[in-house]
Amino acid sequence: MKFATTFAGLMLAATAALAQQALVPAQSEIAFVSKQMGVPVEGRFKKFDAQVAFDPAKLATSKVAFTVDMGSASLSKEADAELVKPVWFNTPKFPQAKFQSTAIKALGGGKYEVAGKLDIKGNAQDVVVPVTLTQSGANTVATGAFTIKRLAFKIGENEWTDTSMVADDVQIKLKLALTGVPKL
Amino acid sequence: MPHPTDAPTRYTATAMALHWLLALALVGIFAVGLYMTSLPFSPARLKLYNWHKWAGVTILALSALRLLWRITHRAPALPAAVQAAMPRWQQIAHHGTHHLLYLLFFAVPLIGWAYSSAAGFPIVFLGLVPLPDFVPVNPDLAELIKPWHEISAYALAALVVLHVAAALKHHFIDRDGLLARMLPGRG
Repeated sequence: MKFATTFAGLMLAATAALAQQALVPAQSEIAFVSKQMGVPVEGRFKKFDAQVAFDPAKLATSKVAFTVDMGSASLSKEADAELVKPVWFNTPKFPQAKFQSTAIKALGGGKYEVAGKLDIKGNAQDVVVPVTLTQSGANTVATGAFTIKRLAFKIGENEWTDTSMVADDVQIKLKLALTGVPKL
Repeated sequence: MPHPTDAPTRYTATAMALHWLLALALVGIFAVGLYMTSLPFSPARLKLYNWHKWAGVTILALSALRLLWRITHRAPALPAAVQAAMPRWQQIAHHGTHHLLYLLFFAVPLIGWAYSSAAGFPIVFLGLVPLPDFVPVNPDLAELIKPWHEISAYALAALVVLHVAAALKHHFIDRDGLLARMLPGRG
């Protein structure tokens, strides 16, 4: 009896430490910047979610994941209609992009490196996302940016593989507001 | 022998060079503008849109130089005989067309630049030099500005046609030597 209640108590305590970590979508943003013949053009994804189990004291067991609704891309009225097509995101076949962390490293001062797998359009690539965490009250905001090579994900096929038209490097900018993250 | 302080009877070499260079540039950029908007979403269209913007900004800068030159170097006045033979309405049209042309030389590229900025596509000259956005990125503003670039470009085209027709009329019908003032060689 005593063991059961102690065990249950310990389990509750463990889950309480990572209690309901959730994304606050209204205060979050996932944007991307692509360069077209040198012109930086910025768009954002309007629908995305994050699944976070992050404990700064237990990085080895912490996990960060986010999923992005690729059809929610917003760049310009005309571009949005093009991005869903097979040569770009091919959203009917690949409606979501996914990131799943494999390792998190602390760099000190609220800075972390989140290594993981990014899956877009059925193509997976290893990425490292540097993030900075700032906490105020119950909120933790993770901001970071990383660069992907769009051709590695087959984004922009056929005539659009020309990187002098649209650069291979695309910058992804993240601002994820989270609740329930323990104090750093 | 003409005296240096006499009123000019023909345009300076600089004015002529700017006139013919910009005439060619304007015809070219108008043609590109018409053609590029007929293309489907493609790298070819992206390339032409950017070339069109670079050409537009260049034309804007050259037009500024041209205006500066014109302000500091008096254009030849209509010869007395020609003016006497010109009905009042024609004199108004003569001056009015030139003034409107100058106005549109600036309005057309500036409106185009504003539209590009508002639509979220800043201009990067030759793909290397970012130019400032003097209007904010705003899709609603972009929609508002959009038709005016085309409208003002067509207005400029119409005035160019009128200007060319009038110049040819002076040359072939009136035979008053006005066109020769803008051509290198003997006046």
